[in-house]
Amino acid sequence: MSESTTTTEITRRRMLQGTVVATAVAAGTVVLGLTGPTVTPASGADTESGDSFDEVFRNRRIQGMPMSGEGHHAMSGYMVLIDGRELHMMRNADGTWISVINHYQTFATPRALARAAVNSLDGADLAPLAA
Amino acid sequence: MAVRKNQATLTAAEKRAFVNAVLELKRRGTYDAFVSTHNDFIMSDTDTTERTGHRAPSFLPWHRSFLLRFERALQAIDATVTLPYWDWTTDRTPNSSLWGPDFLGGDGTGTGGRVATGPFAQSGGNWTLTVRPDTRNYLTRELGQGGESLPTRADVDAVLAIATYDAAPFNSSSSGFRNNLEGWTGINLHNRVHVWVGGNMSTGMSPNDPVFWMHHCMIDRLWAGWQSRHPGQGYQPVRRTRNVVALNDTMKPWNDVTPADLLDHTKFYTYDSAY
Repeated sequence: MSESTTTTEITRRRMLQGTVVATAVAAGTVVLGLTGPTVTPASGADTESGDSFDEVFRNRRIQGMPMSGEGHHAMSGYMVLIDGRELHMMRNADGTWISVINHYQTFATPRALARAAVNSLDGADLAPLAA
Repeated sequence: MAVRKNQATLTAAEKRAFVNAVLELKRRGTYDAFVSTHNDFIMSDTDTTERTGHRAPSFLPWHRSFLLRFERALQAIDATVTLPYWDWTTDRTPNSSLWGPDFLGGDGTGTGGRVATGPFAQSGGNWTLTVRPDTRNYLTRELGQGGESLPTRADVDAVLAIATYDAAPFNSSSSGFRNNLEGWTGINLHNRVHVWVGGNMSTGMSPNDPVFWMHHCMIDRLWAGWQSRHPGQGYQPVRRTRNVVALNDTMKPWNDVTPADLLDHTKFYTYDSAY
């Protein structure tokens, strides 16, 4: 089954119902780079690193959004959530991305990074990030 | 003088001694402290901030010191034990004796990639992961499933031929021996072995898989091989440089050892054969 057929777009309204995102907005600690619901081309082509996304991939909800402010995401300028839990991630000097789940392999975009983490997790949940 | 040997040449008794010392370290809680230390640096070593253990010139001396501390902890339990190395240019398949039930156990199976054989299978009661990135508390592997192949002898020779140790900006975008060896650019020896093993070895908590030590022992041996090929070259940077460890700077988290202290491994151990 190709990625495009297992991917479901979620509306911005539903995205904002996500607990973590809503809490962050309410606390005013972050600036969301939301520009409306992302659109996945029928080809399943990836988003640019500056875009946000919100989709279901292999039955896991993955979300990504540009961020600034406090927390783990301050360094990378981006946050990825898998079923609402933050994926520790880092941007390389060449613009590619790595995560704590796939630390030794680079990915072109946060969406590709998130999907790779879902594949590696194989149904497991991320552990909460330490403060 | 301790001699580090190729894991493929260990006797049954030597394998048993190594495994038993590792299990005892785990039982005491010391093993998981090593996993934590590694992950702390994985998370904080970035291309634009202070970087010590990874994506930096001190990748090699930091891991040399990390391995020495681990080896000494094993030797406090059994003085005969030394770290074996995994030469992945010759032991290249999941059928290698490395992955046997009397040594590291086999590939992961089923959902979640659970390792179900050998002394490090969680079901054996001696190897439950506490420092981990996700909810799986058992060792996981996906040998050869990550889309990367193990480096060949030709790959290693090409990397060891690079004369310059490291170069500005001393991060994941640098040219030079260190970064081609570490694997953020060019041929990539170190990173892709982590990916080839997969499971816990792909994560920041990679020391959860004991093969971590044997892989890094091989990387350490290759550093020595590079030194013997390039006697006129040395660690860079020599002078104080922002965010990275220079030749005579002490390294965190220990703050008691510098790259200069670690350049000559024969002060501490030798290898059964030089690369």
